[in-house]
Amino acid sequence: MPLWLDLLVRVVAVMVGFLVLPLLVGQAEHKVMAHMQGRVGPMYAGAFHGWAQLVADGVKFVQKEDVHPHGADRTVFRLAPIVALFPYLIIILTIPLGPNGLVAQRLDIGLFLVLAILGIGVVAVLMSAWASANKYSLLGGLRGAAQLLGYELPLVLAAASVAMAAGTLSLPGIVEVWRPWWLIWQAPAALVFFIAGLAEIRRPPFDMPIADSELVFGYMTEYTGLRFAFFLLAEYVGIIVIAGLTTVLFLGGWHGPFADQLGWLWTLLKMGVLSFVIIWFRVTYPRLREDQLQRLCWLILVPVSLAQLVLTVAVKSLL
Amino acid sequence: MTDDGERGLPGKGLINGLAVTLKTLTKKTITQQYPDVEPELPPRSRGVIALLEENCTVCMLCARECPDWCIYIDSHKEEVVVPGAARARQRNVLDRFDIDFSLCMYCGICIEVCPFDALHWTPEFEYAETDVLSLLHDKGRLGEWMRTVPPPPAHDVLGEPSKEEATAARKAAGPGAATAAKTARPAPVRPEPRPESDR
Repeated sequence: MPLWLDLLVRVVAVMVGFLVLPLLVGQAEHKVMAHMQGRVGPMYAGAFHGWAQLVADGVKFVQKEDVHPHGADRTVFRLAPIVALFPYLIIILTIPLGPNGLVAQRLDIGLFLVLAILGIGVVAVLMSAWASANKYSLLGGLRGAAQLLGYELPLVLAAASVAMAAGTLSLPGIVEVWRPWWLIWQAPAALVFFIAGLAEIRRPPFDMPIADSELVFGYMTEYTGLRFAFFLLAEYVGIIVIAGLTTVLFLGGWHGPFADQLGWLWTLLKMGVLSFVIIWFRVTYPRLREDQLQRLCWLILVPVSLAQLVLTVAVKSLL
Repeated sequence: MTDDGERGLPGKGLINGLAVTLKTLTKKTITQQYPDVEPELPPRSRGVIALLEENCTVCMLCARECPDWCIYIDSHKEEVVVPGAARARQRNVLDRFDIDFSLCMYCGICIEVCPFDALHWTPEFEYAETDVLSLLHDKGRLGEWMRTVPPPPAHDVLGEPSKEEATAARKAAGPGAATAAKTARPAPVRPEPRPESDR
């Protein structure tokens, strides 16, 4: 296969995944959340159980008027949704789907790049918060910044644990050396990574920066139309990214029966299950208060991830 | 999470919460697809009030008892010549019987006070209008609703006999016979109302 064709296939595949998977998760969230609350969810759009609800939402968002608040910093205001969305696209490039190089871009420092880019989210939050010229946006943005900076630490420490265990920073490399008993060995790190990841994408119960009952809609208050849709899309791509990273780092990615042929299916299946859990958490748990949020991070997640690091080193040196 | 008192295992509440939502997920939803599927309403639903014009004697009780004054009645008297009678009789003829459903609060007092069962509840409720004045239903429209009045639920076979029946029985038995209060059977267990008479 010539290089340009190879590149084209990879880029198109990533774009398709980037645009389709979040819609699947969004639709699943509509339906799962509705049924968990005894409702049926969207039923009309697309004529069969509302399968086209998100398409209809997208069409509606495109038609909305493009409003800037008076006194907003226009350039930054316009740039913020892109900054929120774009890092996730790059992260999807590095998530391996199956064995034998079924990954858009095989990087030796994949984990390092992913963690670095995940941190850009805080910039997008601060940009949208400050540029909106709105006190609710600013409050939400500052809460978001505190939360993202705090939870970045357990996230990185948990990821460092698995990197130490595998002895590599390459995401496909980590999956290759993964063994089923790591599920127990790395269980605390997996929990910490998943919870901190939830906080990183500001999903309930960690949606204090958005907190629609107190801050209108946090840093997204002033956004309408397509820009707002970008923020929403970023949230759902975030679910894919966190589910994908947890799968790859802690759940063994493509490992499973017939991994050589069906590896991609195993990865997608595990991501789907984790996405369901993320939706499940949203339906079940009330929002954490700001002090509870910070306490959970600094008093529970950080010590647990540090202890996990010690455990990883101890087991690794015994082997 | 950290400021709990004695609550058993830590995190038990979190697990229970997850179990509740998962259980609800597997249950049938309670949503009614209303415009697509008609709701099943019990026969005593207070949808709209129907008028049986033949029963109305223009006694005006309903109009006077209505807390909202939303019933408007006009009538005139008509002479009915009865052959063989000394004088011609007079009869009230209903000219107008309107209920303004923009004022009505569906208390049902008019139906309660009507001595001749001229007014009835029906479960029909789809008579919304774009113009508030159209909510004034005249006697023709109120009469049309009569078609939708459901048959009254059957009497409870184990219940007390009606007052009329009891009085008739007492009169037939002669003075000094047992009264309804004396003959009323003690019912230790009240029978469950049947589901179809409920609906």
